[in-house]
Amino acid sequence: MIVTKQKPIEEIVKSLEGENNIFLVGCSVCADECQTGGETATKELIEKLKTSGKNVTGFAVINAPCHVLLTKKDLKVHKEAIDKSDAILITACGACAQSVSEIIEKPVRPASNTLFLGNIERHGHFHEHCSMCGECVISFTDGICPITNCAKGLLNGPCGGMNKGKCEISTEERPVDCAWVLIYERLKKFNHLEKFKNIQPAKNYSKHIKPDRLILERKK
Amino acid sequence: MNTLKNALETDKFIITAEAGPPKGTDVQEMLHSTSLLKEKVDAVNVTDNQSSVMRLGSLGASKLILEHGLDPIYQLTCRDRNRLAIQSDLLSAHVLGIRNVLALTGDHTQAGDHKQAKPVFDIESVQLLQVISTLNRGMDMNGNLLKGKTEFTMGATVTPEADPIEPQILKFEKKVKAGAQFFQTQAVYDTKKMEEFMETARHFPVKIIGGILLLKSAKMARFLNKFVPGIRVPDELINELEKSEKPLETGIQIAARQINEFRSICDGVHVMAIGMEDKVPLILEKAGI
Ligand code: SF4
Ligand code: SF4
Repeated sequence: MIVTKQKPIEEIVKSLEGENNIFLVGCSVCADECQTGGETATKELIEKLKTSGKNVTGFAVINAPCHVLLTKKDLKVHKEAIDKSDAILITACGACAQSVSEIIEKPVRPASNTLFLGNIERHGHFHEHCSMCGECVISFTDGICPITNCAKGLLNGPCGGMNKGKCEISTEERPVDCAWVLIYERLKKFNHLEKFKNIQPAKNYSKHIKPDRLILERKK
Repeated sequence: MNTLKNALETDKFIITAEAGPPKGTDVQEMLHSTSLLKEKVDAVNVTDNQSSVMRLGSLGASKLILEHGLDPIYQLTCRDRNRLAIQSDLLSAHVLGIRNVLALTGDHTQAGDHKQAKPVFDIESVQLLQVISTLNRGMDMNGNLLKGKTEFTMGATVTPEADPIEPQILKFEKKVKAGAQFFQTQAVYDTKKMEEFMETARHFPVKIIGGILLLKSAKMARFLNKFVPGIRVPDELINELEKSEKPLETGIQIAARQINEFRSICDGVHVMAIGMEDKVPLILEKAGI
């Protein structure tokens, strides 16, 4: 899921300078899990906005605003409140924000920073493990992504910065395992160290050019 | 002029030192300390934005060192350039007369003075060695023919005291397979550890140049142990420095002693003095070189 973190309220208010009537759009899926854009978080933000002197015209917490078609439908019922607004504040990820800007002819302001595609390790703990690179390579590591878990995205083994199994960007406050030590241990466990020995070619970054798109053929 | 290539082709004990390009355009100090090394070393490594701190480029500095009569080892990291820039810089290096390249992945930008920078790492050290091999064969990495090939002697690095060591050794083997002809090691203070590493390294047709890093004080030694990956200064050496009234002189003696110990173990030494490059001739002299 997409991990987001709310911007500081001062920054949000500053982004709404000169815009008094605000409509909020949240997300009851990813952003709710991150406590940035579900019903509770959106209502909390509304209170803060009111304290800062903003007039909130209304809000909608949608089941995944990244779904443009459904969002369009869901926002229809709020037409009046939206029309009265100077800007739309999005308490979801950047992709959702842009669904909304595609649908509504109003300036869109993000209330969150969109961080990464995260796994939920346990409630409130999110870890990044995939960078959506367009050509998955984790079969040669038996299941650990070096593109994402290694700070440098190396494909052929640990760099000289590895220290006692930790990555060179590791700090006491923020310990990070060296992905290549984890990969080595995993391959060894499965008796697959031969895979480590193969030189992996340079990554083909043309597999994922931004903005990417995918259009499925209709099944007959 | 002594060259690395000549040294690699003979049984000579190879001596390399290091030059750190300045942060700025004043190259006097760098050229002064390297000129003291003339005829004393086979080649001089020119660091590439070492520790991710922005400095004068290793390509320009290598050229200057070459003009001053020393054979440069152009250090090239993958942190700041994508594969186009890397290959293009290598061609530039070749036409400027630079003949040795040390292929490095490079420190993360988080280590340096431009933490906000976008790290590139489009390719990494093993792939970089492959790229240089390909340029030497007259092609770019996509197989397009070059108008004039390169003739680089290629090196890489290895950390004999990495913990754990096995993945580091596996990567060392890959670097050999990718075309590395010589290796310069991370600083090793424990001769036994170097011997152990050489038992593995000897199975490969490459020259191993052992890393010697000048210890300036007990404090520095402790700092290295705490913060620099793969470096372990033994307690005896720290005590020796602690007891000494002139720690720098003791450090110089330790370095000289180590050079002599490495003589019978590896193929050469790479002397790093980080900021005290002018002390390298004295270290070599004390080692009888
Ligand atoms: S290789 Fe890594 S980044 Fe690419 S798709 Fe697989 S898990 Fe994601
Ligand atoms: S220490 Fe390990 S995880 Fe960190 S950058 Fe180096 S290889 Fe990657």
